[in-house]
Amino acid sequence: MSRSTINVGSAAGLFVLGTILLGATLAPVLTPHEPDVRFDRLLNAPPTAIHIVDSNGRLRAPFVHPWIRVNQLEQQYEPDHSAEVPLIWFTGGLVQSSDDASAPLLLLGSDSFGRDVFSRLLYGARVSLGLSITAAVLAMGIGAVFGALAGYVGGATDVALMRMTEFVIVLPAMYVVLALRAVMPLVLTSRDVFLMLLAIFAVLGAPGIARGVRAIVRSERHLDYAAAASSLGASHVRLLVRHLLPSASGFLATQATLLIPAFIIAEATLSFVGLGFPDPVPSWGTMLHEASNLRALADFPWLLSPAAAMFLVVFSLNVLVQRGPSSVLGSTTLQSIRA
Amino acid sequence: MRLYIARRLAFSVLLVFVVSSASLLLASVAPGDFVTESLGAVVSPETAARARVRYGLDRSVAEQYGRWLTRVARFDFGRSLVYDRPVADLVPERAANTALLALAALIVSTVIGLPLGILSGSRRGIVAAIVRGASVALVSMPPLLTSLVLVFIAARTGWLPIGGMHSTAAGSPSFIDVLKHMIVPVVALALPIAATFERLQSQALADTVRQPFVTATIARGVSEQRVVWRDALKAALVPVASMYGLVVGSLLSGSFVVEMVTAWPGLGRLMLDGLRGRDAYLVAACAATGTLFLAFGTLLSDAALALVDPRSRQ
Repeated sequence: MSRSTINVGSAAGLFVLGTILLGATLAPVLTPHEPDVRFDRLLNAPPTAIHIVDSNGRLRAPFVHPWIRVNQLEQQYEPDHSAEVPLIWFTGGLVQSSDDASAPLLLLGSDSFGRDVFSRLLYGARVSLGLSITAAVLAMGIGAVFGALAGYVGGATDVALMRMTEFVIVLPAMYVVLALRAVMPLVLTSRDVFLMLLAIFAVLGAPGIARGVRAIVRSERHLDYAAAASSLGASHVRLLVRHLLPSASGFLATQATLLIPAFIIAEATLSFVGLGFPDPVPSWGTMLHEASNLRALADFPWLLSPAAAMFLVVFSLNVLVQRGPSSVLGSTTLQSIRA
Repeated sequence: MRLYIARRLAFSVLLVFVVSSASLLLASVAPGDFVTESLGAVVSPETAARARVRYGLDRSVAEQYGRWLTRVARFDFGRSLVYDRPVADLVPERAANTALLALAALIVSTVIGLPLGILSGSRRGIVAAIVRGASVALVSMPPLLTSLVLVFIAARTGWLPIGGMHSTAAGSPSFIDVLKHMIVPVVALALPIAATFERLQSQALADTVRQPFVTATIARGVSEQRVVWRDALKAALVPVASMYGLVVGSLLSGSFVVEMVTAWPGLGRLMLDGLRGRDAYLVAACAATGTLFLAFGTLLSDAALALVDPRSRQ
């Protein structure tokens, strides 16, 4: 692959990731609605189309048509072409409908409670990405400390620590997550769920990191530059933190791009089966739970938008780092951490 | 080699023991128990207390664990409270369903992934580019996403049945019926793995083709096709074979997700049911079986790798 294509791919991946992160950060400004506002008359409404050409064929400022419910039981809607509701910009958010009560702007439709999917998607990104990134950072921190310790001290400490990591690595990750989840009550507050998942993900993610860091520290500490540093009087801590650990930064960066998607998917899976975040909390997993009903999935495809968001994040991470095939499996499961 | 396998087996047995004990204890110390989950708040405290005595839930966790241990030593894994059936009957049946799903997905992904990888690794052109593009996209689609998309397509078109292992209407499930129900879950599980195999095989082959021995063989007048299919393929097999050990883990975790989305009655669903009902024996047995699967699968793939690559025998 030529150099230029690598750069284009990386740039595109970075751009998409940046957009998603920015969208998550600016969610309160960008979203037309709060994530838990319900439009009781618009359950499972399709995405609202924005028009700029009116019925006479003239160009107009962007406007939307209100939905008319044609079938309450089947939840089918048709746009009311006779009414035009203009959009208002930069008033209490970026954009919203001027008549929010009867013709709300639902960019990605609404779910079975009549909540705005687009707004929940952005707020959900905060929960899902926030959890995954924090968990990845925590896992890398724990892993780096234990790995550096094992690699530097060696001997019995090394053996004991590495036996521990081996033990975690050979466990079936999803089953362990479930068993650990079982210790806590089935219904928890969202804060407790966040902390619990954070702890579980970090514990399962750290051993793989520790093994990698250990191997790097072990091989680096006998190189000339390390010997030079210690003969110049560098303390153990300084040698480790200042000289040896930086050599593991490339490894850590690669692992981050594997752990984050794995954690996003793990959260989504747990929330999908009802063991993750409780319902009113918007996360990509709880949103997918809405699509777990077969009819909803078939008739209201916009409920799959969190799946599309997850794909975009994983895909962008993959093209960003131009992942070699030996590590691609990482994006599919937590189990990947065993490498 | 024999000693190595014996050590691995001993470690696996220890692992299964620790995992099942830990999950039993975890499920037992969790707040609430089977009685509160199944009978709820509607029954009188006396009825609840009687039910607890009947299921042995009135004893301390340590005592429950001790009784379970002595019974497990006689291969009696307890009785599932949720299903009111012996765990030893229930788990193998569901584990077989998971194994069926995982094995079928492994075969499908190998059959699809490796030939396409050889194609895209040894040729240039539009077909190879399409294969490569599809793989890069699919590699970013874990089973959760592929299964949701496939269920969506199946529900929209009505081409394939979704949900469960066989139609409820028919009396005894026929082979064809099960096969039809397998398509969505198996393909959902197989696609990301097939894409991984494709990428890996493609890369390995492309790397091998650049090696001097291939150039030398072509220089001696052997046709390019023959070099790719006979010599380079053999050399490129090693990195692919080493991947199977990792795939076992993905299969197990992926199968859990696919079972949830497509309602496939496998081990993962059983464990979830046990968990929801606070059925400690069931949870312990499921976790142990999952661990056993993983340990066995990894051992098998390591043995296969040792066959292909003598260097890995150390």
